Amino acid sequence: MIADLNKPEAKKPTRDGFGKGLLELGEKDSNVWALSADVSESTRTHWFAEKFPGRFIQVGVAEQNMAGVASGIAHCGKTVFVSAFAAFSPGRNFDQIRVSVCYNDVNVNFHASHSGITVGPDGASHQILEDIALMRSLPNMIVISPADMEEARKATIAAAAVKTPCYIRTSRQNTPVFTTPDDKFEIGKSSVIREGKDVAIFAHGVVTYDSFLAAEKLRQKGIDAAVINCHTIKPVDEEAILKYAKQCGLIVTVEDHQVIGGLGSAVAETVADRCHVPVKRHGIYDRFCESASASELLQKYQLDADGIARKVEEEMKVKK
Amino acid sequence: MWKKVHSIKKLNLIANVIRQDVVKMLYEAKSGHSAGSIGLADIFTALYFNVLYHDPANPDWPDRDRFVLSNGHVCPVFYSALANSGYFPKEELMTLRKLGSRLQGHPHRGALPGIENSSGPLGQGLSQAVGMAIVAKSERKKWRVYCMVSDGEQQEGQSWEAAMLAAKYRLGNLTAIMDRNNIQIDGYTEEVLPIEPIAEKYRSFGWNVINVDGHNIKKIIDACNESKAVYERPTMIIAHTIPGKAVSFMEQRFEWHGKPPSQEDMNRALSELENMRTIMEEEEI
Repeated sequence: MIADLNKPEAKKPTRDGFGKGLLELGEKDSNVWALSADVSESTRTHWFAEKFPGRFIQVGVAEQNMAGVASGIAHCGKTVFVSAFAAFSPGRNFDQIRVSVCYNDVNVNFHASHSGITVGPDGASHQILEDIALMRSLPNMIVISPADMEEARKATIAAAAVKTPCYIRTSRQNTPVFTTPDDKFEIGKSSVIREGKDVAIFAHGVVTYDSFLAAEKLRQKGIDAAVINCHTIKPVDEEAILKYAKQCGLIVTVEDHQVIGGLGSAVAETVADRCHVPVKRHGIYDRFCESASASELLQKYQLDADGIARKVEEEMKVKK
Repeated sequence: MWKKVHSIKKLNLIANVIRQDVVKMLYEAKSGHSAGSIGLADIFTALYFNVLYHDPANPDWPDRDRFVLSNGHVCPVFYSALANSGYFPKEELMTLRKLGSRLQGHPHRGALPGIENSSGPLGQGLSQAVGMAIVAKSERKKWRVYCMVSDGEQQEGQSWEAAMLAAKYRLGNLTAIMDRNNIQIDGYTEEVLPIEPIAEKYRSFGWNVINVDGHNIKKIIDACNESKAVYERPTMIIAHTIPGKAVSFMEQRFEWHGKPPSQEDMNRALSELENMRTIMEEEEI
């Protein structure tokens, strides 16, 4: 991570990390193919498409067909990356992902940008908050939600290296880049951003950095919060969850996703199976949101640093 | 390398064996799709014993033609064609749909040699076939992609997404065969949701379309060969079939779409098919 976590130099969207990773893969391996459903620029697939037009398939506004065509291409031994807005892939093509990809056991990776409430002004139809719930229920599927642009780049490269399908969730929202190329990224292994003993915050994606800022605010109130970047939601890092459950006696999960079916569920399931420690699932509470800027929405739904700190503080009161 | 069968008489006899297999398999399984499977015996015979370049002894032969089954529910006829061409022992056919069997109720890729794709949910196979054909064309491979689709699944919007993309990429190496048997679970296609004029639809989507009698093996083979000669356009062979063909009480009856024969039904069907086989064997050609 960067030397001073409180002073990140750059703010970039995680989708850019995907685009960079895909381009790197394309340069190294001529077996890497990419598809997009009329959103190649928005998903940053266009960097690959411009350089490798012969390995880029523009399928048009047809996400169901895209998943099937990707399956056919992967069937021929290719490593395939499919990109669309999360609202439509996996929002529209769950059956095709389930059968044409997962049940066919082919190496198709789904990159879904524009996830969560940070889609902002586009409104609730486009702010998909259920995609992780869908994807983590599928056999063979790996689910990754990178915390910043650099991690998204590494996640993309890691996804190509595993033979099972991966789901990579990104955002168009600019967020601080706090990891560095030297940080190790391993699917299924969370990384600790901040150690702590009172409460452990598990976060993924665009709200990860704000969870760190929340912990910094909590310190001023005498609360020592650990912050864990849980970039892989499936397979979830059970070892880290159990370790911090014991160490802190309270876990708060934070995500730009419904509290049903996301990281919160993955953590709660792990804890319920193995130990008895309270888990507070923070995110969007079973509702649709609305149009506004991303920062306004993060504030309204208590997913900015102040909101997260407030939530953790409330839970600390219940703990004691 | 697999040797093609050219004698139409021999091919018709193979189709008869496949029909008998399907009747027995479905009786043993106590569930499954009778009419569609039996109605496709001639097409699967044409494909597996003449049209396809494949090698049952080497199922992963890189240069094999790819056969994608989209309407996976007709898999009894597919499994029989695979077993009769040597992909696995015929005795295994009777394990269909049973615990521990490699013959899943809908095909599962990797479970049995010769299965290219897992299928079941309608409308997905053509997309997979398009993906394969795109790679083959881009890498100038000689192998072709054949895809079996049903008429009912034309009601799935995905079929038309795939049709558009196949035309965009000018996939002359893709031949789809539609089982136009006019039935689906709830009744006749034209009553449930009309798909006609289906030939005109595919033509207007940029496809080469051939109509063929789906029980005339020679014509099926000819149509497949014709599709190979069409460049820059995918071909849809609309094979007009009679569901349950050659089993009198199943022919043309949608009630037989999704049910298996009873023991009495099986005996009657097998006796009809045996009679037909005897007559065919006595024929000169």
